[in-house]
Amino acid sequence: MTMKKITVKLNGAEHSAEVEPRLLLVHLIRENLNATGTHIGCDTSNCGACTILLNGKSVKSCTVLAVQADGKEITTVEGLATAEGLHPLQEGFKENHGLHCGFCTPGMMLRAVELLENNPNPTEEEIRWGISGNLCRCTGYNNIVKAIQYAGAKIRGDELPSTEPEFV
Amino acid sequence: MTKIRCKTSKEIGGMGHSMKRKEDARFIQGKGNYVDDVKLPGMLYMDIVRSPYAYAKIKNINSEEALKVPGVVAVVTGRDLEKYNLHWMPTLMSDTQMVLPTDTVMYQAQEVAAVIATSRYAARDGKEAVMVDYEPMKPVIDAHKSLDADAPILRPDKEGKTDNHIWHWEAGDKEATDKVFNEADVVVKQDMYIPRIHVASIETCGCVANYNKVDNHLTMYMTTQAPHAIRTVIALVAGHVGLTEEKIRVISPDIGGGFGGKVPVYPGYVIAIAVSFLTGAPIKWIEDRTENLQADSFARDYHINVEMAGTKDGKIQATRFKVLADHGYTDASANPSKFPTGLFSIGTGSYDYNNAFMEADAVYTNKPPGGVAYRCSFRVTEAVHAIERITDRFAMEVGKDPAQLRMENFIKKEDFPWKSPTGWEYDSGDYHAGLKLAMDTVGYDDLRKEQLEKRAKGEWMGIGISTFTEIVGAGPSKDFDILGIKMFDSAEIRVHPTGKAIARFGTKSQGQGHETTYAQIVAEELGIPAEHIQVEEGDTDTAPYGLGTYASRSTPTAGAAAAMAARKLREKAKKIAAYLLEVSEEDLEWEPGKFFVKGAPEKVKTIQEIVFASYTNHPPGMEAGFEATHYYDPPNLTFPSGAYICVVDIDPETADIKVRRFVAIDDCGHIINPMIVQGQVHGGLTQGIAPAMYEELIYDEDGNILNGTLMDYLVPTAVESPNWETGHTITPSPHHPIGAKGVGESPTVGAPPAIANAIVDAVSHLGIKHLDIPITPFKLFKKLKEVGAIS
Ligand code: FES
Ligand code: FES
Repeated sequence: MTMKKITVKLNGAEHSAEVEPRLLLVHLIRENLNATGTHIGCDTSNCGACTILLNGKSVKSCTVLAVQADGKEITTVEGLATAEGLHPLQEGFKENHGLHCGFCTPGMMLRAVELLENNPNPTEEEIRWGISGNLCRCTGYNNIVKAIQYAGAKIRGDELPSTEPEFV
Repeated sequence: MTKIRCKTSKEIGGMGHSMKRKEDARFIQGKGNYVDDVKLPGMLYMDIVRSPYAYAKIKNINSEEALKVPGVVAVVTGRDLEKYNLHWMPTLMSDTQMVLPTDTVMYQAQEVAAVIATSRYAARDGKEAVMVDYEPMKPVIDAHKSLDADAPILRPDKEGKTDNHIWHWEAGDKEATDKVFNEADVVVKQDMYIPRIHVASIETCGCVANYNKVDNHLTMYMTTQAPHAIRTVIALVAGHVGLTEEKIRVISPDIGGGFGGKVPVYPGYVIAIAVSFLTGAPIKWIEDRTENLQADSFARDYHINVEMAGTKDGKIQATRFKVLADHGYTDASANPSKFPTGLFSIGTGSYDYNNAFMEADAVYTNKPPGGVAYRCSFRVTEAVHAIERITDRFAMEVGKDPAQLRMENFIKKEDFPWKSPTGWEYDSGDYHAGLKLAMDTVGYDDLRKEQLEKRAKGEWMGIGISTFTEIVGAGPSKDFDILGIKMFDSAEIRVHPTGKAIARFGTKSQGQGHETTYAQIVAEELGIPAEHIQVEEGDTDTAPYGLGTYASRSTPTAGAAAAMAARKLREKAKKIAAYLLEVSEEDLEWEPGKFFVKGAPEKVKTIQEIVFASYTNHPPGMEAGFEATHYYDPPNLTFPSGAYICVVDIDPETADIKVRRFVAIDDCGHIINPMIVQGQVHGGLTQGIAPAMYEELIYDEDGNILNGTLMDYLVPTAVESPNWETGHTITPSPHHPIGAKGVGESPTVGAPPAIANAIVDAVSHLGIKHLDIPITPFKLFKKLKEVGAIS
């Protein structure tokens, strides 16, 4: 098979690779570039475990070819935290028990990054629709919603909502 | 309701604290280590050729073209494995299952051959190039027809098999129960089907098998909930080729959800081991989602006939259950050996009556094998659905409110321990308190009023209740084993000189948060801050032997073992403290984290000082060091319970069903970490609404799966999943060292009947008495049309 040379910027660092034109972006990220925080949960573009940001837009990286990412910027879970600390979404997920097994979490957070960028103060309903392309089999979503609300408040600089479980 | 009490300070972080999870740091930063993240030098990839037919003879497998594909190294068939007697393997239920077939395929998507290649893509190309000639045969798909005289005998390989019957099982007293039924005022009956579903954890199954020829040693990275049991199984299956148990290390890395689907041994694992053994190369096998849904263990698939007998005024007197269990082509359930129907006999429910009889027959069909949990402790969901549906039918029949009827029939708090008609001894419960709290929280009386008003206007809403008793924590060694190994579990605690500890367990978290909750149990008992207790599981070379994590057993067994091992250490600590303070042990008193002299609190030794002394200044005659191990064999199971109320609104034109509210009150005894318990309940509830309204694996009459991808097998998203309202009561288990009961599966068990009861309740005035799950708008629409309520 003819190989194609591509260059991508993954979490700020430039990488070049010789790839088959059919190589999926998620495989480029996980296997060629060894960033295994992005996961694969299906083969039909339904689960969202592979969600990343491509030039700032959330995409399912199992549904994009690596060659389509040539010259573009990719952000994965490994690129969320900064020298100052965790990203508000990472903090939100941890503080609100927004994850159990953690398999859906990277995709969920990356999806939420774009969601909050487009809508900094979403309602519960808007969050639920906003993450409806991402499946979580463990958490029942309540705490994922809370985690995103928490991150929204943090990004806006509002008072942070309580992280105590509402357990009557 | 009992309030959650914390005996330790927040710094220590023992039981009752909503400590944030220790494991999260790696997961939120993409540093988890799941099996597909394991990459070894020289690793080869495996892909599997699968059958397009449900039942067919294999005439020929031609690998010639596949072997020409660049990167393809080998194609392995059943004939290759047969040379090593590895083409069949035992199931956990003492049945047999093909690793790769030599002659016949028994279900669609069954493994037929394996392709080994230098990359994932090459393996897939190779798979496409393998040519298989099949001779299709007429399959047995409908379990009800499996025993017909003209049905083909599916397992002629089993000696003396003349039909497709697998086993018959009974519990309770048939004669006494029949007598009550014959004399009862009221008898209600219902046929129901609990459909075949799939756990669909977001991570599929897979492994990296790494056999090292030089040391004759196998390291198996594997998505397994029970690494120790797997090691033993591998040794039993492969001992004859020299892989004895000390040469096998099973590592269960981070697991992306299990729910029972990662208990069985799948053919892919065995093929990967065999190929690694033959080639000396590490072999990675990661199934894709479609393979996962189509071939890995299903759950449920029980056809149930349930009957309830009682008095006109609503006293339950007896129940009868008759089950037809569809197991696919082999019984590959993951139940304890003596329990072919799992713990189905919990199905007599939360009600006080003395007569019940249950029977079940299992049959072979041309469907994938399985019968695993789907987040349910051994067939409890099926049983609870039957009893909670029939209780509602009975209430309807005698004209009583279903909440009131339950209140009148509950086993009373003071009657525990309570002996059930099928022989269980329920340890404790307060069912009245649970239902009352649920009714108060949801505003039950007002909802009933609203329902009446709405009905008058032609609007439909329903209120459904489920008050279930769970049975978890398998189990006491006198009855519970898997392949002969008793179902204890274990903990080993090793405290370092500076007072920080590592604790290892025979269980394996798949998201339940063991790294946090086990640390909290040890913190509770020893006063060492949970933050400084590192928990490890999943490596058979280092962890003590245990049977693994499923059936909500980790807290009841390994959690108890943690407390017991810590108590052994506290005894030792007491001796050291007495020595250091020069007093007798009787003069000492314990407070979390320290021993002090009674009446002289300034004479004190902290646990850290005591531990340090155990390494630097231990009393003469005492063993140095500070570690303990405990294998905990529970005296009984634990019986968590719950009271769930669901409110639904139905669109009278489209039959669309909206869950307006769902209140779940759980009683799992003492709570280790409220945040985690609540999280478990949320997750379990979504896995409860899933089979109640969305999920079912559907086969056509030729055995083709009609919804074998995530595109049409409907796992609920955040939109279908309502905002769960949760709460708790606390009735500690009297026999468990920390009074805990286990919770992971209660909501999955309890939610479906609450939802089904709510939907039926919404349309019961139109003459609808029952609907099988999943209750989709389409199914409801058809039924409403049938009764003339919708045009
Ligand atoms: S892996 Fe499931 S959507 Fe990409
Ligand atoms: S946390 Fe397990 S799938 Fe979401």
